[in-house]
Amino acid sequence: MTQKTVKPGSIRALAAGLKAGEFTALELAENCLDRIAARDDDVRAFIKYDPEQLRKAARESDERRLAGRALSEYDGIPIGVKDNIAVAGESCSCASKLLEPVISPYDATVIARLKSAGLIPFGRLNMDEFAMGSSCENSAFRQTANPHDLGRVPGGSSGGSAACVAAEFLPATLGSDTGGSIRQPAAFCGVVGLKPTYGRVSRYGLVAFASSLDQIGPLTVDVPDAGILLDLISGADSRDSTCLPEPPTSTFQAALEGARSGSLRGVRIGLPREYFEGGLTPGVERVTRMAIERLKALGAVMVELSLPHTKYAVAVYYIVATAEASANLARFDGIRYGARVEGSDLVDTYFKTRGAGFGDEVKRRILLGTYVLSSGYYDAYYLRAQKVRTLIRRDFETAFGQCDFMLTPVTPNSAFKFHEKSDPLQMYLSDIFTIALNLSGHCGISVPAGRDDNGMPVGVQFMAPPLAEAGLLRTAAAFEAAGE
Amino acid sequence: MAGKTEIDIRHIAELARLELSGEQLERLRRDLEKIVQYIAELGELDVSGVEPTAHAAPLFNVWREDQAGGSFPREAMLANAPALVEEHLIRVPQVLPGEGSN
Repeated sequence: MTQKTVKPGSIRALAAGLKAGEFTALELAENCLDRIAARDDDVRAFIKYDPEQLRKAARESDERRLAGRALSEYDGIPIGVKDNIAVAGESCSCASKLLEPVISPYDATVIARLKSAGLIPFGRLNMDEFAMGSSCENSAFRQTANPHDLGRVPGGSSGGSAACVAAEFLPATLGSDTGGSIRQPAAFCGVVGLKPTYGRVSRYGLVAFASSLDQIGPLTVDVPDAGILLDLISGADSRDSTCLPEPPTSTFQAALEGARSGSLRGVRIGLPREYFEGGLTPGVERVTRMAIERLKALGAVMVELSLPHTKYAVAVYYIVATAEASANLARFDGIRYGARVEGSDLVDTYFKTRGAGFGDEVKRRILLGTYVLSSGYYDAYYLRAQKVRTLIRRDFETAFGQCDFMLTPVTPNSAFKFHEKSDPLQMYLSDIFTIALNLSGHCGISVPAGRDDNGMPVGVQFMAPPLAEAGLLRTAAAFEAAGE
Repeated sequence: MAGKTEIDIRHIAELARLELSGEQLERLRRDLEKIVQYIAELGELDVSGVEPTAHAAPLFNVWREDQAGGSFPREAMLANAPALVEEHLIRVPQVLPGEGSN
């Protein structure tokens, strides 16, 4: 079969090619499938995917476009989906044995919105089980590799989503971020990852890990594409009462007009000193310092400031997130859905189902969450953590009184080797720069900024006040373009 | 909260409805004690008078019109059940102790 070659590229470039008739959605799909077939045995980004489903959806897109009824300029572009976001008729296992048999009866709101614009949600991307982890090593099914070095992890928990974009399998994917699970793998894999403001994007159809922290967001090849996807998936939703009553927008892409050639004259960038004090590998430190110089060259003003409660963020996070998780995951009992292990009676069935179905890290977090909520410990741990969460949020509010955005490293180190971090606490501590943002509910983006001495990608994180995604994306886009 | 923390891991696993082997219990107990020792550093902060934050963006009283809407078809929801009785009821193991059996 002779086949037209469609070069991998941004959503914008692919949309332009489809519009100009340079290739069809089916040709685009075949090219994606070829690249996946050629390399996913090594990268292992997907838990599963159905090529025929993509071909069928692509043919339907081509028919619409031919008839002049394309649903949007992005009609026919495939978007990869993390395995904790529901797509009707597909599995949604959260990389857990317990949910392996489950087929979603409905679409998550973000999926319904992508489909209504003609985009094609495709495949089930690997993750740490129930989004608990920073390396994808906690998947019950397979270990995703970093496309830049197959001996290293892609990060987590949205490791499959980041690796899929980095390997050029698909132009963009969706992930979820509870403590850095979009931004950290994006940094490890050299792609862009956006965590929207809490409440910006509906969580309906996202399997809940920690409900007060979870947000869905895009992983893309560049910043403008993140704006396009945020336009498509954000906005109020009657099915998620925590979703903010902002109108559905088409403003993020518009906000990016001209941003890539724009200056940042007068923009105040905060540098929280706690994020630069020790612990950074030389490569991460060097790339972050270079990023600061790049921002200065664009006219931005650097403001040194402090987020004094930073050192407590990990402790607060692993109390709040595990407490919420222990309650959220109580529903997985093998009764109404999932893999049941029959016991001698009902309660024994719960014990056996959950004992066999959950992996070690999920058990560890359920136990920790149960412990901090248990009688006699609630005040000392959970209530106290919620109070310190207030102090962390106030830190951010004070800081954003002194600057427009903040710049920090995403992680203290670049992608590490498989099995390099075997101690759970050490793994938790590596989330230090990403988790405060989930606790405060602010938005942030990880943008590739260079490489370390091992040639691995290093990202930087821009953080912004609640609902300031338009400015965040403009700033990140100007930074990105100046590095090209 | 300073000093060594001892965790009754069996009790916590009971509460969480997790069946764990003896080896798992021991390993997870050690992990948990280490983590709890770390999170106990929150004890050094003075939080008197600080309001707790339960939610990053608290919204209150989100109203909608009280309109009847569709729901999921029963077959679609039952399709994921591990075991059925008469094709429309979820079969569950015996709930109360006794001689009866299903």
